[in-house]
Amino acid sequence: SIAHLSLCQTSPRSGPERVQSETSPSTPSLPVGLASDPSWSHPRCPDELFGDSLSLLLLSEPCAGAAGPAGEPEPPSEAGSCHQPLVKGSGASPAFPPSPPDIRNTVGNIPMEWYQDFPHIGYNLEGKKIYKPIRNKDELDMFLEKMENPDYWRTVQDKMTGADIKLTDEQVDLVHRLQKGQFGDVHFNPYEPAVDFFTHEVMIHPVTNRPADKRSFIPSLIEKEKVSKLVHAIKMGWIKPRKPKDDTPTYYDLWAHEDPNSILGRHKMHVPAPKMKLPGHEESYNPPPEYLLSEEEKLAWEQQEPAERKLNFVPQQYRCLRAVPAYSRFIHERFERCLDLYLCPRQRKMRVNVDPEDLIPKLPKPRDLQPFPTTQALVYRGHTSLVRCLSISPSGQWLVSGSDDCTVRFWEVCTARCMKTLPVGGVVKSVAWNPNPTICLVAICVEQSVLLVNPCLGDKLLYGATDQLLESYVAPEEERVQPVQWVTATMEEHSKGVRLVVQHSKAVKQVTWHGKGDYFASVVSDNSNMQVLIHQTSKRWSQNPFRKSKGLVQCVLFHPIRPYFFVATQRYVRVYNLLKQELTKKLMTNCKWVSSMAIHPGGDNIICGSYDSKLAWFDLDLSTRPYQLLRHHKKALRSVAFHKHYPLFASGSDDGTVIVCHGMVYNDLLQNPLLVPVKVLKGHAMTLDLGVLDVLFHPTQPWVFSSGADSTVRLYT
Amino acid sequence: MGGLEKKKYERGSATNYITRNRARKKLQLSLPDFRRLCILKGIYPHEPKHKKKVNKGSTAARTFYLLKDIKFLLHEPIVNKFREYKVFVRKLRKAYGKSEWSTVDRLKDNKPSYKLDHIVKERYPTFVDALRDLDDALSMCFLFSTFPRTGKCHVQTIQLCRRLAVEFLNYVIASRSLRKVFLSIKGIYYQAEVLGQPVTWITPYTFAHDHPTDVDYRVMATFTEFYTTLLGFVNFRLYHSLNLLYPPKIDGQADVELKPAEGKEYAMDSESYLEKLSALSASLARVVAPTHEDEVEMDEFPVEGETAEQMDARKKEQEALEKHKKLFEGLRFFLNREVPREPLAFIIRYVVGRLSLGRPATPCLPPPVTLRVPPPQWVFDSVNAKLCLPVADYFPGVLLPPHLSPFVTEQEGDYVPPEKLKLLAMQRGENPGDSEEEEEEEEEEEDENDKEEEEEEDESEKEEEMKLKKMEEQKTQSNKVTAGKLRLEDKQRLEQEQQSEEKRLAIMMMKKREKYLYKKIMFGKKRKVREANKLAAKRKAHDTAVKEEKKKSKKARRA
Repeated sequence: SIAHLSLCQTSPRSGPERVQSETSPSTPSLPVGLASDPSWSHPRCPDELFGDSLSLLLLSEPCAGAAGPAGEPEPPSEAGSCHQPLVKGSGASPAFPPSPPDIRNTVGNIPMEWYQDFPHIGYNLEGKKIYKPIRNKDELDMFLEKMENPDYWRTVQDKMTGADIKLTDEQVDLVHRLQKGQFGDVHFNPYEPAVDFFTHEVMIHPVTNRPADKRSFIPSLIEKEKVSKLVHAIKMGWIKPRKPKDDTPTYYDLWAHEDPNSILGRHKMHVPAPKMKLPGHEESYNPPPEYLLSEEEKLAWEQQEPAERKLNFVPQQYRCLRAVPAYSRFIHERFERCLDLYLCPRQRKMRVNVDPEDLIPKLPKPRDLQPFPTTQALVYRGHTSLVRCLSISPSGQWLVSGSDDCTVRFWEVCTARCMKTLPVGGVVKSVAWNPNPTICLVAICVEQSVLLVNPCLGDKLLYGATDQLLESYVAPEEERVQPVQWVTATMEEHSKGVRLVVQHSKAVKQVTWHGKGDYFASVVSDNSNMQVLIHQTSKRWSQNPFRKSKGLVQCVLFHPIRPYFFVATQRYVRVYNLLKQELTKKLMTNCKWVSSMAIHPGGDNIICGSYDSKLAWFDLDLSTRPYQLLRHHKKALRSVAFHKHYPLFASGSDDGTVIVCHGMVYNDLLQNPLLVPVKVLKGHAMTLDLGVLDVLFHPTQPWVFSSGADSTVRLYT
Repeated sequence: MGGLEKKKYERGSATNYITRNRARKKLQLSLPDFRRLCILKGIYPHEPKHKKKVNKGSTAARTFYLLKDIKFLLHEPIVNKFREYKVFVRKLRKAYGKSEWSTVDRLKDNKPSYKLDHIVKERYPTFVDALRDLDDALSMCFLFSTFPRTGKCHVQTIQLCRRLAVEFLNYVIASRSLRKVFLSIKGIYYQAEVLGQPVTWITPYTFAHDHPTDVDYRVMATFTEFYTTLLGFVNFRLYHSLNLLYPPKIDGQADVELKPAEGKEYAMDSESYLEKLSALSASLARVVAPTHEDEVEMDEFPVEGETAEQMDARKKEQEALEKHKKLFEGLRFFLNREVPREPLAFIIRYVVGRLSLGRPATPCLPPPVTLRVPPPQWVFDSVNAKLCLPVADYFPGVLLPPHLSPFVTEQEGDYVPPEKLKLLAMQRGENPGDSEEEEEEEEEEEDENDKEEEEEEDESEKEEEMKLKKMEEQKTQSNKVTAGKLRLEDKQRLEQEQQSEEKRLAIMMMKKREKYLYKKIMFGKKRKVREANKLAAKRKAHDTAVKEEKKKSKKARRA
């Protein structure tokens, strides 16, 4: 068609394809393929049309006009000339529904479902309704037709008219070929030999026969004008050749007007990079021989991680400068320095420049704090197992020790002579000499009972008086319920010295006397509120002061002057007022497990030893936290003790040492106690990983006793 | 109880720091550009005091920059240049792709470039600041100047580095400011004192580099870019401080070559000139001809609070320095072919020796007083020792004495190699031969003393134990009476013991933190002593081995 051809000519001229399409024998196939399916090239809705590519629109325009739904009717003759032969040539397939009669249906390419509910199916050219053919076949009829009609398989319903169409043989053939993916045209040969119109080789003849333009051999006037302008400009010196760029940097006095105050804000936080370390003797090419690595050192150096090495090179010796090779890691080291400079986070670190001697606190010299025990004077031998506990008579003449060999021994202090051995038939956990000088009585913890023993040592009058005092007891008329049983010793026991037996329900682990010598307290290893009991000797009466258990009680202590009672549990020391019967204070020891406790004779200071090798000094007036925590020992503390008169305290530990400290308490409340360690006493041999088990001061002399796991008691003076 | 809810990490140190990625995003730069910028501007990460606070509670490893630093980068004009350069590269690539060669040429002509002058001024507000930071710059320039002219970096950079390095060497010669030289296995270390600031740099030995593959040359090139700018300005200023012409000119040629060179901006344009300059054998032209040969003697102003002794010390020091500067006065050196020329020329020129190239038997020169053929180490050692060392030790065929590092100043308790002791004695003006023996003897004595002391300690402990044992024995055999022995008690030792015990007791009373510190310090000290002892022992073993060998050889000779 003319329209089609003209459109093709106006399409962009580009290359051989166009020429080929004009000249190749398959020229008609392209328009055929595109024009034969107006419904195909027509998108369903006209709006979609604009979304398509322009070439498609151009190529399909002639048909679009023909079948367009718009109300501009096309002359039937033209439409016929355009379509009829084509339809005939290509045949109407089920995919290409339009056939000559339905050209009359002017509804266009719309979904025919829209006419589903109408009796008509569209409008003809005159605008009259086209009615649907009457269909009154039911399923049975359909089936019968299918069975009877031999052409049923080639009968297709035309959607546009609703009429049944029988496909011709050619049309069926076309369908078959398309299904196989073959070309619709039987005569089209897809394998034509290719004709190369433009080759890569330079040809002697031009491709076209067109004569050359005149302008191709006449000099251009415009160009001439331009050149003459340039020439003029050059002549006049307006245009100069481009200067070669000067790359060499220029330097000047940058710091001509330097202002030392112009320091940027960020310079406050500026951390200048540390300088490279200067080389030592070992880096020399000819170092002194001692700096060269020996074989083992070299091996060790090689096995170390590069980051761990102290030197990043192996010192080497060369005979002369000429023999020195290049250092292979030179560039590496410079590069690492660069990385350090820009990647390494910097931090200002204060270098500690302290003389270590200044760190040592200035303490008064021990020499000036004398007297204190300095040397081992006596060793008390006799026990066969570890000596757990010690106690001394108030006069300072007799010493009593209890041991795991089930005996209690009484010693004369000055001679180290064992005056008496008392077998008690059980491990002795604690002994306590009555602090009252007029009474000669020792309390001994053996398993479940506390024995009150009169050692019958010293002044006869004195111990006789003690016996009398004990015998003068008159039992009260009405029996009172007691947590323990007071039993008078049998004759056999009496002859040994045992006077009274206080039988507890469970094992007793500590006993301690009140300062007056009438009351004593015992600690039972129990978990109930019955752990601590206070006994009165003269009345043979016991009571349980606590209603509730506050933890495992380690030891108890009476205040030397005031009616206070100290109870040490694992981590706390509770101070009770016995008169008011209330809790006064709770001391936090900062220790994991308190082992022992001692009170200053003044009554305002307490020391606590603990199994985590700490010693806590409490100033009761100051705080409930320790005034000082001393970590002098290397192992667990077993016992601590205060001296009665001298400002001394001692601690014995599992590491086998006794440390004697000067602990001065001033009367002036503003002055804090002065604690100075004055002597480390060694002597006990380590046995079973235990060293010193108990320490004790002499009541009058600056002497200290210690009992150890090596079954000895030692006196240091 | 009103007010806004206080949120965590919105105040305090958390707001002072910024992570690297956030900084990069804030600056809208790619990582390589950010790196370049950081290198040029001297921005480095900071380690916050409390990492967890800054890191929003996490302990992950992150690098933090100061927020102030990053804000300071925001206004940097170079950042724009970076972007322009990126565009330029894009355009160039496009032009190449399209084979538009004229466009390529035009683009290349208009390649964006930037200057680092303002950054140098910013980073080093005063000249002294710049001098303090010159070590790395010099080392880098000397390294780059030895690179081959192919491959690794731009030829211009290498040439510039070489030029700046040579200029600096010439300055050091002219100002006589070299102080120390050290031949190490890594290279040669130099230390000069420029305007009172010690400047140390290292140069590699002149061998071809075995270029490593795991080194990022771009980073090094960026550093060099900055360092060359810095060194150029520093050189300019230094030359002017000595009244020298800054693009340096050789003295004798200055007048002759001035005219032909007038058209040129810079005398160094010709390679030959650089070669001449780098020969380091000619003195430089001055702006103002020096009128007096000698420098004006400085008036002395007594500084307040300075004692006469200090004054004397200072005077002596200055005298020594003057002497040092005229160390090789009147000597003439001939360098053999096998000797590394540049370092030696540099040093000899610096100490006013006269330098000739070639063989010693040059007929036209007047023969020197004594012909010495010492190896180069003699020169270096003499410069370090600040006196002409006896040449006898250095004669060919003799085993060279060890070359010691002049950078080591031994503190008390450090190990001092015997050679150093000898040198110190010589510097004090003592006869080296006697002192050496004495020192050796002293050393031996000292060693013995140490041993004795140790033994004594052991003995004392043993004695105590013995005493205890005896006492116990006495206890057990209380009935026996044995004749008492008179025990002599060393009062001094007792006192020492007492003191040490006192110290131990006092250490027990130290606070936990102080005790930790004390222990750390003492550990360090002990380690130092141990190392010194180890070195001394090694030396002793070596010496005895050498002696024995000598004896053997003597015996062999006798036989």
